[in-house]
Formats: sequence, structure tokens, C-alpha cells
Amino acid sequence: MTDITRLTAAEIADRLTRKEISSVEATQAHLDRIAAVDGDVHAFLHIDSEGALAAAREVDDRRSKGEALSPLAGVPIAVKDVVATQGQPTTAGSKILEGWIPPYDATLVSRLRAAGLPILGKTNMDEFAMGSSTEHSAYGPSHNPWDLERIPGGSGGGSAAAVAAYEAPLAIGTDTGGSIRQPAAVTGTVGAKPTYGGVSRYGLIALASSLDQAGPCTRSVLDAALLHEVIGGHDPMDSTSIDAPVPPVIAAARKADIKGLRIGIVKEISGEGFQPGVQQRFEESVQLLVDRGAEVVEVSCPTFKQGLAAYYLILPSEASSNLAKFDAMRYGLRVSPEGVDSPSAEQVMAASRDAGFGDEVKRRIILGTYALSSGYYDAYYGQAQKVRTLIARDFAAAFEKADVLVSPTAPTTAFKLGDKLDDPMAMYLNDVATIPANLAGIPGLSLPSGLADEDALPAGFQILAPATRDDLMYGVGAALEAALFEKWGGPLTPPELTSATAEPTAKEALR
Amino acid sequence: MSTLSRDEVAHVAMLARIQLSDDELDHLAGQLDQIVEFVAGVGEIAADDIPPMSHPLPLSNVTRPDEVRPSLTAEQALSGAPASELQRFEVPRILDQD
Repeated sequence: MTDITRLTAAEIADRLTRKEISSVEATQAHLDRIAAVDGDVHAFLHIDSEGALAAAREVDDRRSKGEALSPLAGVPIAVKDVVATQGQPTTAGSKILEGWIPPYDATLVSRLRAAGLPILGKTNMDEFAMGSSTEHSAYGPSHNPWDLERIPGGSGGGSAAAVAAYEAPLAIGTDTGGSIRQPAAVTGTVGAKPTYGGVSRYGLIALASSLDQAGPCTRSVLDAALLHEVIGGHDPMDSTSIDAPVPPVIAAARKADIKGLRIGIVKEISGEGFQPGVQQRFEESVQLLVDRGAEVVEVSCPTFKQGLAAYYLILPSEASSNLAKFDAMRYGLRVSPEGVDSPSAEQVMAASRDAGFGDEVKRRIILGTYALSSGYYDAYYGQAQKVRTLIARDFAAAFEKADVLVSPTAPTTAFKLGDKLDDPMAMYLNDVATIPANLAGIPGLSLPSGLADEDALPAGFQILAPATRDDLMYGVGAALEAALFEKWGGPLTPPELTSATAEPTAKEALR
Repeated sequence: MSTLSRDEVAHVAMLARIQLSDDELDHLAGQLDQIVEFVAGVGEIAADDIPPMSHPLPLSNVTRPDEVRPSLTAEQALSGAPASELQRFEVPRILDQD
């Protein structure tokens, strides 16, 4: 029988329904896989074997009694560590929250539990989701299963690596500027950022509240749609949650019909500046869509060039405000300043935040505080919000000409760990193609388009749709995926990982 | 657009309640200056007549019926506190000693 960990979530669900396997078997198989390879991949910050197996036993029991269950009931999942899980550590990759155990579940976690998905554990991430490589985790980087010396993307590198390394069939990510889609691109997996407000943010440790969106990390487009329906939908606990039914994403992924659909290539986020191998796979994928009946139009979104600058003002500004709650008073790390007798709350706060936050977080909090400070607000934050308006207008005009927009997801394949760590600007440029969707609140999906010729590493294909039309991007994604699988004879498969792939000394040096 | 000096970084860090060492200040000041120079590009295209967009969705206030519902217990609320006493958060002094 096929190794359970090699199956997609839809295939596991199918076997569970037909009672060929149990959820306990599926869950144990993934826990065994984690035990075998996570020493090298470091996708997980916390593993909850006991809790996952208990949930699996419960769902097996309910199934044996003939209860009606959710389509993904019994399929195990990993959750990014920025999402609150009751009774399980939640650190957001930061030392300031080391050991913190939330007394409540995020809404999306409650929905996973209610739908019977055993939670394997919490995945590694850049601290407070700030980064594009998972090297800014306070607990050491994750490694790309395609090449352990390379980054798995960020900030959701742990979730993407877990899925790529067959440690979990499904994972939850969060996407503020591309943190689901860019890791998906560089690990050869599928990542979907729903329309802003499509999945509740209640219980997510906020980075930038007007940009953050949780969504699925999977190995197939259909799996992403199945998970989207479990976690999506209105939540009265989140005032920004859309009060409308989830778009028919599963039906769209199953139908995958693109005849007559207008595909817009955004001039500003493809071509120049993109790695030749990434660009080549992108163009071939577009051709596959044309072969299947889509029409191609070129669209121009001139303001996208300023999108990166606007994003790197809006994000730090909102983050500096959201992260003010880490004040060493009610939870988290508390450090007393050295050599001060009876320090004040303010002194303890400053010492704790210096000790608890990493470099990237400090950089962005200081930048955000500066951009919002008196005298600079209009020049920076106010201007960035106007650019945001212009980007939304660019999208609106582009969607007049095209039903969906496409681009490479990231400009390059995975770079080596350490290569851009001390060059924030170089790191920021990685998000150039994903950021506009967050600024405008529209949905985006990344799926593998093949391996770049230069380095045999995965390249990503991004599909953007108008707000609340998530079903459109799943339909196009599923059609392209089917065409690519036909061409390749199946999905992309990373090289086999064994516990001997990395020498312990080399591995430690990277952490 | 003015550049960001080391003293300004120190001042802003103080406003953000982050105590930085001299080494950290040296390191961050250069990088922040470069980032500020880059993000200042937003001033180039956005004209006065463009309305700012703070949020992708129209926001409205959300209320619920004024009914008593279960909430966290005091024990749960204090479970992550660095220090607590008598079912309250225990914090360092907040007033000057003199």
C-alpha cells in the first residue's frame, strides 16, 4: 500500500471515508515522518502527538458510529505558530512569547477541531511573521526540503516545509505580504491567500491588521479549496470578517473549466528582474492555459512599482501599534534592567522588549514608530495609504480587461540560508509580486509551475482574482495543475530526505 | 526627505519602549536610513486629491446583544502573567519614587 504520507488530503479523506485506513493510522504515519525528518527540516516548533492522536481516536469513533462528518474529518494538519491554540504553546516565533500557552482557541482552530482535523503541532515562522525566509525565527530557521541549505520561504516557511517534506498533508499559514504564497512557490507546494476577511482573524497574533489573512498550505489545489471551506466564513468575533457565504471554491477546483476565461499578465510583476528559469516556467504555464481555451491579455498596473514602498510603511506602522501589547505586564517575557534598583514599569518594559524581540522586529517597530510620529505622518503613512488607493484602482482597471491576473509568485527560487540575512532591502524585494494583493485585499493562489533550469528548484505561478471571487483562482489553479501533472506524469516530488542527509555539525551551524 | 540619524533612531526606540545597546544602535541606524530612503518613494506619485485607503473593506462597527456570556476565568486570564498576586497582575512600580 502507498505510504499514507505521500497521499494528498483529498486522497486520505477518501480512504478514511471508505474505512480503508483510520485517522489514528493517518495521524501516526505523519508523526512518524516528523520524527524521522524534522531534525533536518525543523518545520515544527512544537509537536502534540498526544492531542493529535486523541482527536484522531475521537473522529474514528464518531465514524464507526455512522455520524455525518466533515469532508476532511480525520486528516491531520499543522498550524502556524502565530495562531492561538488552547493548551498548546503559541510563540509567533518570538522569544518574548516563549512558553506562552493561550487560554483560548483562534476561531479557525475551533473550526478545525469541530471538523475533526487532528492538530499535529505548531510550525516555525519568522518572528511575528516578519520575514521572507524563516531565518528570523527566534528558534532557528527551517530548511527547504528540496535543498536543506536553502530557505523554505517566509514567514510561513515551517508550514510550507512541513507540507513539502510530507510531515503534514495540510497546514495553516498567514499571509500579510505573501507569507503563504512565497513559501509555497519556493517549496513546490500550493498556498492560498483568501480574500481579506474571508477567514476570521480572531486568535491570530496580529502583525498588520489591515493586511493579515490566514489560509491553506497544501500539495494540491483541491486540498487548498477543501481546507478553505473548513476555515472560511463569517465570524462575529472578528469585526472585519465578511458576512457572506464562502465562495464555491471546492466546486470550482473540481470543475476546473477555463474555456473563454481572460487571463491577464501583469507587465509590472513579470519579465524584467525575474530569474530566467522562473520566468520561463511561468510563460510555459500561460501557454498551457491558452492550449486549454483561455485568452491572454497584457495588463499594466503602473502603481505596483510603489507598492513595495507603501507596504513597508503600512506594515511597520500597524505592527508598531499591534506589538505595543508585548509590554511584559500581562504575559510574555519580563526582564529587569541590569544595575537598577526597583526599576519602573517603563524600564522593565524597555529591557524586556530589547531582550525579547529580534533584529527584524526591532527594525520594523522603530520604522513604524518613526513613520507615525508627529511631523512625518503625512509624508509617510498618509502617502502610503494614497498609494494603496492607486493600487486598488490599478486592480479594478485590470479586472475590467481580465477575469484573473497571473505572474510568477516570487522573483527567484529559494536562496541559500544566510545569503540575505543582513540585507533587509534585498529580503524585502522577494515580496514584490505578492504584496499588491494584500494592499488591495484580493485573493491570491500560488502553485508549482516546475523546476527552474538553473538550479532545479521549484518556481511558483501566482493567480489573483477580484475580491470575494476566490472560486475563480481555484478554478484556474486546478486547470493549470491538471495540465502540468499531465505534462510531468504526476506532481513534483522533492528529493528523498533521510536523517543522514545533513551532518549534525553542518545542521547546527545553520541554526 | 531628511535622513535618519543615529540620535533619531535612539529617540524613536525610546518612544517605542525598546532599550537598545550602542552596538544595536550602530547596526540598526545604517539599515533604517537605507529603508527610510527607499520607502520615501511613496511621496513621488500620490497627489493631494487621492483619498487615503486605510483598509480593503468598508468597516462598520459590530455589536452584540448586551447579555452575560461565559468569559475567561481570572485564573485563565492570569495564566500567562509574569507575576500575579491576589488574582491581579503584579507589575513593577508605575510612579516615581520621589
